[in-house]
Amino acid sequence: MIKKCLYVNRRAPYGTSYALEAIDAVLIGSAFDQDISLLFIDDGLFQLKKDQDTADVEMKNFSPAYRAYDMYDVEKIYVSKEAMAARGLKKRDLIIDVEVLSDSKIKDLMDEHDVIFSF
Amino acid sequence: MSILHTVNKSPFEKNNLESCLRYAKPGSAVLLIEDGIYAALKETRFEEEMTSAMKELNFFCLEADIKARGFSATKIIEGIKMVDYAGFVDLTVEYDKVQAWL
Amino acid sequence: MKFVIQVNEGPYQHQTADSAYQFTRAALAGGHEVLRIFFYHDGVNNGTRLTSPPQDDRNVVNRWSSLAAEHDLDLVICVAAAQRRGILDESEMNRLDKDAHNLAPGFRISGLGQLIEGVVMADRLVVFGD
Repeated sequence: MIKKCLYVNRRAPYGTSYALEAIDAVLIGSAFDQDISLLFIDDGLFQLKKDQDTADVEMKNFSPAYRAYDMYDVEKIYVSKEAMAARGLKKRDLIIDVEVLSDSKIKDLMDEHDVIFSF
Repeated sequence: MSILHTVNKSPFEKNNLESCLRYAKPGSAVLLIEDGIYAALKETRFEEEMTSAMKELNFFCLEADIKARGFSATKIIEGIKMVDYAGFVDLTVEYDKVQAWL
Repeated sequence: MKFVIQVNEGPYQHQTADSAYQFTRAALAGGHEVLRIFFYHDGVNNGTRLTSPPQDDRNVVNRWSSLAAEHDLDLVICVAAAQRRGILDESEMNRLDKDAHNLAPGFRISGLGQLIEGVVMADRLVVFGD
């Protein structure tokens, strides 16, 4: 049975571990042949920021994992236009290619999915 | 499809409620639990926003969390329905899916 | 309805485990099926048998163990999150060459696949967290 699964990411990386552990969940989810979409809203956008350098905080830089997503057929990756603007981010600041959605498209996206994961 | 949104953080502390209200579609429900119940109180700076949101969304709050925090039904904005845990379960059945605003 | 419950936080620090527990009890009392309770992030800390909370407060871990025994619940601790936080069963202890294990009764350690598989089979996923 194939379900449409939406993984919602709202939190920044490194300050908490939700972002890293969400990646694990997405990759495992992809192995189960489910129809996966990722949504980054609020501070979740910061997970996708390029040029993360964690040498001085001595934590693992896990941002390269986002580039692996398309190898796992995780291609439907959406970000909030409003959240980008509020945080002064542009598409070129992000580590992967994403589709930018308005609020009303995000509402539709949530509606269309069978299951919503929150981390 | 309509969604049951759960919000468990105080609107004074976090922006979970704000984000929930940004994305909740008319006809969906918002259940306030844990510290989220503070958004249900009368005479806070959120009352107007909540009253306005209630025109399109169905609001509920968990009575156990209201009572735990020293409040009662008289302090809840009119139109927000109190439910118990059984009512919480019923809401998850009635709506098509649950979105937790963590 | 068939439920899968996800618990993202540990006992006491957040109300998460309490809310999840009360919801689970209510779902069972309402005649619903709880297919699995999946503990992720700090939620894996619900599975250590080494807690000693004060006598006059609820025992979060024991409550889970009792509920699991009473209703034959499947309490699953995510292995990856558990390794980071030091929650082990005997087999993990041997595999990782540690000198102790601490998994509470009624819990089992397994992979994230259990969450996904559960969600595919269930009617509803309810997530509790911070």
